[in-house]
Amino acid sequence: MKSGAPNEQSPVLSVRDLCTVFGTRAGDVHAVNSVNFELSAGEILGVVGESGSGKTVTMMSMLRLLPSPPANVKAGTVHFEGRDLLQATDKELRRIRGGRIGFIFQDPMTSLNPVFSVGFQLRESLRRHLGMSRKAASKRSVELLEMVGIPDAESRLSAFPHQFSGGMRQRVMIAIALACDPSVLIADEPTTALDVTIQAQILELIRDLRRDLGMAIIWITHDLGVIAGIANRVLVMYAGQIVEHARVEDLFANPSHPYTRALISTVPAVRGHRAKRLNSIEGQAPTLLGMPNSCPFESRCSSAFARCAQEAPHRMQVGSSHDAACFLVENASHVATN
Amino acid sequence: MFDYTIRRTLLAIPTLLFISLILFLLLDLAPGDPTAQLPLTIPPEVKEKIRESLGLGQPLVIRYLLWLQQFFVNEPLHYLTEITGWDLSGDRQRVLSWQSRSPVVDIILQRLPQTLWVVGMSYVVGVLIALPIGIISAYRQYSWFDQIGTFVSMIGFSVPTFFTGVLLIVVFSVELGWFPSIYDTTHVVDDWSSFLFQVKQMIMPTMVLALYNAAQISRFMRASMLDNLNQDFVRTARSKGLRESTVVLVHVLRNSMIPVVTVIALGVPTVFGGAIITEQVFKVNGLGQLLITAIQANDIPMVQSLTFIFAILIVAFNLIADVLYGVLDPRIRYD
Ligand SMILES: Nc1ncnc2c1ncn2[C@@H]1O[C@H](COP(=O)(O)OP(=O)(O)OP(=O)(O)O)[C@@H](O)[C@H]1O
Ligand SMILES: [Mg+2]
Repeated sequence: MKSGAPNEQSPVLSVRDLCTVFGTRAGDVHAVNSVNFELSAGEILGVVGESGSGKTVTMMSMLRLLPSPPANVKAGTVHFEGRDLLQATDKELRRIRGGRIGFIFQDPMTSLNPVFSVGFQLRESLRRHLGMSRKAASKRSVELLEMVGIPDAESRLSAFPHQFSGGMRQRVMIAIALACDPSVLIADEPTTALDVTIQAQILELIRDLRRDLGMAIIWITHDLGVIAGIANRVLVMYAGQIVEHARVEDLFANPSHPYTRALISTVPAVRGHRAKRLNSIEGQAPTLLGMPNSCPFESRCSSAFARCAQEAPHRMQVGSSHDAACFLVENASHVATN
Repeated sequence: MFDYTIRRTLLAIPTLLFISLILFLLLDLAPGDPTAQLPLTIPPEVKEKIRESLGLGQPLVIRYLLWLQQFFVNEPLHYLTEITGWDLSGDRQRVLSWQSRSPVVDIILQRLPQTLWVVGMSYVVGVLIALPIGIISAYRQYSWFDQIGTFVSMIGFSVPTFFTGVLLIVVFSVELGWFPSIYDTTHVVDDWSSFLFQVKQMIMPTMVLALYNAAQISRFMRASMLDNLNQDFVRTARSKGLRESTVVLVHVLRNSMIPVVTVIALGVPTVFGGAIITEQVFKVNGLGQLLITAIQANDIPMVQSLTFIFAILIVAFNLIADVLYGVLDPRIRYD
């Protein structure tokens, strides 16, 4: 990796064959099944999928943040800055978590520790990763809070999380995640718990910060509307697998997996002339108990045919930087080449 | 916060007055006669005189007000006199024990050190044992450590202290002869070997009570840690690259201590009263034993004073627990 000249396209993070299993009383839950993806420097990679599709577990597995047991990251490699995170020592991992890779989580109400001041929680990262003195860390904390748009930052340093509004709290989380100037920011549904205007402000903030600081971002969400507004590329996850991967414009122009099409059709077109009814996708996601030997979407898919129940499709090329795990793609490309 | 504390303290005064009245009425209703244990050869007229000299001839209200005055005015004045040397108390009547005719407060102060040493120490030891056990049990939930901890605490608070106390005496005093079975209150610590003896005689009563206290507090600690270990902020702390020890002992523990500190504070008054049985078993003549003997002798002023002091302690530590809660949890605001 080091040998090649670094260019825009060389990935900062590359995940190969990631598999995560939860040992439960009912049996093994295969929450992440052979997930492959790359993250390029400075890009925003969107990850969408319904609840339970394994978005969070994938991200947590990469940094071994899942409690084990029950979680077991069974296979795969996660290359980041010249090493495999799955083989790294605990010490190396701790240096990367919060130092090189920052996290923001969904619920800003509960993600901050209620009994410590915001300043304490910011300084903690700075002192741990950058070895700053208390004074230097306080000074930097003020800069960080200003950077994320918290007014009157200096006096807010001694405030406790409950003294902030939801949006402001999420800004604090962003400041903590970016405190040590990471090269990757993982944002796990950072706007889901916020109301719409605040959501737009946070999106705007992240976009600006990306422009100024240049980190790559993995943006997890349920909301395809958000993805359309912010992401460069998109991963669509279903039942612990990536079922489609495309540049954001290709995904909306030419959704190739029936699941993606169904997802897009559930987005209410509020901005259009008439608000369409929000229709969720019929049926239930599979339980993930046992390894799948058919297409996981088969039971809910309107275009399913015999083969879908007999083997699991692999991700197949649709176009450049566009692939989908569906036999229809294979058939379509046959048609196209004929 | 300060206003709140003041307000609560002022509110405590009517509460305590009410408690004292109830105690007084209850003790007055209780059957029994302070002269009952006098020899039968004393003629009834003399007995009646004795009763009158004890103040029993007067109506209830007068007796209650008299007691109030003795307890709240005369006793403090007496102590001011002792401290400053000015004669403030004059010949004001202090609360006297019917048994010994000496001031109740003096007797209590005499007995207090024994109780504080044995029972107070057992509380401190209990807390110090309980906290790490609770923390480790929660962090390693369902491990063998946790299972053993659960089992021992179950024994700790289901087996009564008079049983564990006697068991320890049989094993360590009678069979092995390691520790004395009776606590010698007259023992004076003035050199190394007398200190060792003091430690030896304290070990068994302290341990019996410490086991009991630790059993409860460690369960609280464990439950409170478990409540917090799965919180989102713990995940945030880990995702910041903090050491596991920092995550658990700073982020989780700081949150978990809030209810536990309250429970510990609320338990302090029981140190003074609750060790009655253990004090009996080991013959420690502390406050618990004082209360028992006073009850048996119908020594109403003593019982009244002791129970009322316990009531003061309970009210005070309730207040302390509430204030501590506010200090420890920034989300709580008293105004
Ligand atoms: N501790 C656990 N034990 C067993 N199964 C688990 C555990 N944690 C997660 N899972 C399973 O892993 C799957 C993926 O969960 P994950 O949290 O990654 O979903 P998600 O895509 O992030 O959903 P959401 O949008 O609701 O956050 C779920 O189906 C869930 O059942
Ligand atoms: Mg999630």
